[in-house]
Amino acid sequence: MNIHEYQAKEIFRAAGIPIPPGDVATTPAEAESIARKFGGTVVVKAQVHAGGRGKAGGVKLAKTPDEAREVAERILALTIKGLPVKKVLVTPAADIATEAYTGVIVDRASKRAVFMVSPAGGIDIEEVAAKTPEKILRHSVDPRYGLQTYEAMQLGFFLYSDVKQARAAAKIMQQLYSAFISSGGSLAEINPLVTTPAGVVVALDAKMVIDDNELDRRPEIAALRDESSEDPSEVDARNANLTFIKLDGNVGCVVNGAGLAMATMDLVKYYGGDPANFLDIGGSSNPEKVVAALRIITSDPSVKAILFNIFGGITRTDDVANGIVTATKLNPLKVPIVIRLTGTNEETALKILQENSFSAMTDMDEAVKKAVALATGGKAA
Amino acid sequence: MSIFIDCDTRLLVQGITGRDGSFHARQMIEYGTQVVGGVTPGKGGQKFDGKVPIFNTVEQAVRETGVNSTVIYVPPMFAADAMMEAADAGIPFIVCITEGVPVLDMTKVYPFVREKGARLLGPNCPGLISPGMSKVGIIPGGICKPGPIGLVSRSGTLTYEVVFQMTRADMGQTTCVGIGGDPINGTNFIDCLAAFEADPQTKAVVMIGEIGGTDEQEAAVFVKKNMTKPVVGFIAGQTAPPGRRMGHAGAIISGSAGTAAEKMEAFEANGIGVAKRPIDVVELLRNR
Repeated sequence: MNIHEYQAKEIFRAAGIPIPPGDVATTPAEAESIARKFGGTVVVKAQVHAGGRGKAGGVKLAKTPDEAREVAERILALTIKGLPVKKVLVTPAADIATEAYTGVIVDRASKRAVFMVSPAGGIDIEEVAAKTPEKILRHSVDPRYGLQTYEAMQLGFFLYSDVKQARAAAKIMQQLYSAFISSGGSLAEINPLVTTPAGVVVALDAKMVIDDNELDRRPEIAALRDESSEDPSEVDARNANLTFIKLDGNVGCVVNGAGLAMATMDLVKYYGGDPANFLDIGGSSNPEKVVAALRIITSDPSVKAILFNIFGGITRTDDVANGIVTATKLNPLKVPIVIRLTGTNEETALKILQENSFSAMTDMDEAVKKAVALATGGKAA
Repeated sequence: MSIFIDCDTRLLVQGITGRDGSFHARQMIEYGTQVVGGVTPGKGGQKFDGKVPIFNTVEQAVRETGVNSTVIYVPPMFAADAMMEAADAGIPFIVCITEGVPVLDMTKVYPFVREKGARLLGPNCPGLISPGMSKVGIIPGGICKPGPIGLVSRSGTLTYEVVFQMTRADMGQTTCVGIGGDPINGTNFIDCLAAFEADPQTKAVVMIGEIGGTDEQEAAVFVKKNMTKPVVGFIAGQTAPPGRRMGHAGAIISGSAGTAAEKMEAFEANGIGVAKRPIDVVELLRNR
């Protein structure tokens, strides 16, 4: 789960990390009054779950409260990578002497939390990693002991030669680690970590990604989810316990299992079509899930054909067949549907479908070809 | 013979009275797996389906039944503890089916299990099956048949699809292993490939990967260096957009790393036959 910069900053602040003040505005007028409260120049920053905010015009300086209002008005009208900006963070502009990068992620290779720090901050860290890997220091943390002071100092000295600054950075890294662990993070990042002309180390930006699997045991973190800043169809799918990702094509896919769902999308492409989505109805599917899946897929006007690909293991194919029948009675389909089912209770499923005048197939390749042909008006493959 | 499980597998089921645990315990017994005990705290002393003894703790179960493998069906928040309990009780082979285990939990479980000298398969995996001998987990027994092909996969239903197509083409399996779709798991491709190489009955290996991470690339290098048996592979997620988690927690392209194209190139470069579609696995096997 993504959280906003201002939410990550609250978590980091609570862990003791020095972060300049800031308030969130949802209207230009609020932005103006926050700017007036702080006085001087402020930065107005779009709060949206997308990278490259700066390049998209989502981060602007404002010298006066009036300017803050104007800037906020423009940013709040933006859509960045398909996501509308609903909130801005208004924070006093800082004087910056140096910019560094500090982040911690769960690393699959070492199977541990790994710190990455770089004195080349403020820019895309993947670019630094690709072009100048010597400017990055990586350090994996033993989960039994956490980030020890001497380890944090090694990281601190990689960023700063001044011992006071290295010590300040080391403390921030230990605080960042504790925030990361206690929030169930899969990534926590400060970019940039800056020094002011007076030599003080502060965190100017904050980013956190939470492991979805942690949310059940961390209700206070789960409450940070901002559904208004997500794609509505993805919110609907999550509430129905489906995994759904919207794509740009016109063949709507309903599949059980993530691997098979990806393979189905690939096969749609292979036969000359384009998948409209990734959708995994999961293992123990009940008919209601199928109803929700069809509702979500048919709400996308670009979908020209629907493809079901179900390999029954734990999933009972008769449950899926019942779901299809129920859903289409509720909302008659306006686009053609191709159903492929095989596995557990296949005969019952086929009977249910036939009785309700659906035809079903058992071969995956044939089903995909047919769906692609229907979506492209009978021309493809 | 097979890898990891065979006729001598004596299995414990952790979470045997739960919804999934009870259903699959029955399926495994029906398939012929020796299920010798179950664990559900508070139900110790009872019997599952009037036959299988239930224990309060894994330690008790080990002491009284002499299990040599365990399978875990407990909810995600308790799965880490269940894996550690099994390793601490000295069980050498631990299979965790549970999906949704927090990855930070796994940073603790992984080194713990290794220190105890156990092998962990999963979490978030369908388990494994040695057709005709034993199945541990949730792979439907009916789609498999005994034969000379070993299969290792990160997926569940995609594995079933490929196994089903192989069985239809009369290509039976020594063992089918699902290693799971999480970013940190106990057993990786290389572990399984090495075991298949050492198994005299296995004549060829199928490897089914997906986007995310570099396990497949490392496995490809291992194949070239260490394997004499032919290997063919398929990678799911050629059309997956970067930065999005495709269902499996581990199935995410980070920046430009972990793409299907990169993995397929690694396969090609190391002599692994690449299937463009799942069905092509069958043809590739036939030609090797």
